Amino acid sequence: MSNAIQDAAPTQAPPRRDSLSHRRMPRWAPAGFAAVSIALGVGIGTATGLESRIQWGLIAAAFFVVISYAATSAVENRRQAKDRLATSVVWVCFVLAVVPLLSLVWVTVSRGIKVLDGYFLTHSMAGVPGFEPGGGVYHALIGTLEQVGLATLVSAPIGLLTAVYLVEYGKGSLAKAVTFFVDVMTGIPSIVAGLFILSIMLIAGLAPSGLMGALALAILMIPVVVRSTEEMLKLVPNELREAALALGVPKWRVILKVVIPTAVGGITTGVMLAIARIAGETAPIMLLVFGSQLINTNPFEGAQSSLPFYIWEQYRVGNEASYDRAWAAALVLIAFVMILNLVARGIARWKAPKTGR
Amino acid sequence: MAKRIDVSGLTAYYGSHKAIDDISMTVEPRSVTAFIGPSGCGKSTFLRTLNRMHEVTPGGRVEGKVMLDDENLYGKDVDPVAVRRTVGMVFQRPNPFPTMSIFDNVAAGLRLNGNYKKSELAEVVERSLKGANLWNEVKDRLNKPGSGLSGGQQQRLCIARAIAVEPDVLLMDEPCSALDPISTLAIEDLISELKERFTIVIVTHNMQQAARVSDRTAFFNLAAVGQPGKLVEIDETERIFSNPSVQATEDYISGRFG
Repeated sequence: MSNAIQDAAPTQAPPRRDSLSHRRMPRWAPAGFAAVSIALGVGIGTATGLESRIQWGLIAAAFFVVISYAATSAVENRRQAKDRLATSVVWVCFVLAVVPLLSLVWVTVSRGIKVLDGYFLTHSMAGVPGFEPGGGVYHALIGTLEQVGLATLVSAPIGLLTAVYLVEYGKGSLAKAVTFFVDVMTGIPSIVAGLFILSIMLIAGLAPSGLMGALALAILMIPVVVRSTEEMLKLVPNELREAALALGVPKWRVILKVVIPTAVGGITTGVMLAIARIAGETAPIMLLVFGSQLINTNPFEGAQSSLPFYIWEQYRVGNEASYDRAWAAALVLIAFVMILNLVARGIARWKAPKTGR
Repeated sequence: MAKRIDVSGLTAYYGSHKAIDDISMTVEPRSVTAFIGPSGCGKSTFLRTLNRMHEVTPGGRVEGKVMLDDENLYGKDVDPVAVRRTVGMVFQRPNPFPTMSIFDNVAAGLRLNGNYKKSELAEVVERSLKGANLWNEVKDRLNKPGSGLSGGQQQRLCIARAIAVEPDVLLMDEPCSALDPISTLAIEDLISELKERFTIVIVTHNMQQAARVSDRTAFFNLAAVGQPGKLVEIDETERIFSNPSVQATEDYISGRFG
């Protein structure tokens, strides 16, 4: 049988079409295009006297896309050129997204590092006039930690249970209504959440405190936690639920011992991202926590400060020393959020379903 | 331990769609009963009604009676959770719990049900893994994740998990369809061993497998797409494969179908 085919092959071979190989761009081509387009961007920028470096960059980006497409369609073929076009657009968008981020981190670090030291982290602004150097961020850090912690304590269980209801139990009009209101809540401006708690505070005759701010932050945090947890729970394969149910495990235990543990990495990440979101809120703090120069470790009584509030306060003072403090506090806030993110990733990796042998 | 299943007038729906219509049959204890039939004829649906897993599917509901010895599974005060402890199930695709080790997977049924003695746990796990012919392959790595095993091993792990809770009946929904011939053989051998202790019902698309492992075979069919599936006949496997009493069965088995 195999002999027959081999014998027949030479005589019956179909007329050869184009070869499977064709001219290819060298591997360093994209890097070359980038170098050429950056050179062009800089050249045109200096020649025409454009002030802004952003304009230079945009010119270079446009050149990069055009050159990639033109060169590839000349050397290779149209399909490859389209592929190169899509790839270069993706690269350009990536760079456009990353540049502002890096520039923000760079400015914050370079300006904030000046006064950021152990003293800054462990002292409050008590007795320091705003226009003099010295003082620190300790009271604001305490405030942020306590307010965000309380907000998380309130909203994480509510959000988690709501998501469990929506994914595991909810059907019909109630679930639809809950989903709708969660969506609406996602869009609440932070000042409105602050005003809502403020009105309750005034009706109940309560004084500003960290707890009031935390409640407003919780309102902002709940929808984010619900949404992310819901998505994570939906990702748990239905087969696992069925496998557990078929063992005669009651549904609530299936959820508690199989569904949530399988999704816990993602849920933690979602909660951490929600925390990161509320850690930067200023408006509710201004309304409800009032701000303070002093250390107040009791979130249930008396005014407190918080990092975003402190930044705003210092920047408003408007001289060199207070600008330095504002940038340093901004750096502390970014570091706080960053550390939370790293912790979330660590937990997600630690708890992720294991695949090793 | 092993119990007889007596089904009468069973009809199952998905929402308003009738999936199987008026099925009555008897499944003998300590034997293997195979369900064969074309895709979509309701074999799996029927299997899932036998441990009340059908109603887990949104819109799933059941009419009729399933007697397990002398108890109606669909009786008024019957707890579906208790039913599923008595009637275990193995699924088409191996589905070990990804967050648990091999040991924890097998122990899951006992642990999650909460009624076990700590001292017995290791013994039950060993017995179940031996029962599933998996002990020798995994005894040195009980703490490793279950998802690191091969497909065939995972399926035997799922069988070990199902028999660890000591059910009376074991339902298997195409347990070998995702496995290679060697793993399939291992599971078929296991089925013949398990039938000494359990009543086994197995859904399969593999006619040879039905002929090899089962004592009795039920043939399901559906009149047309969208119509409910029906039980055509159930008889001794030998008779079904040599001299079935309905022409449709013979057509299906000999491949002259449709």
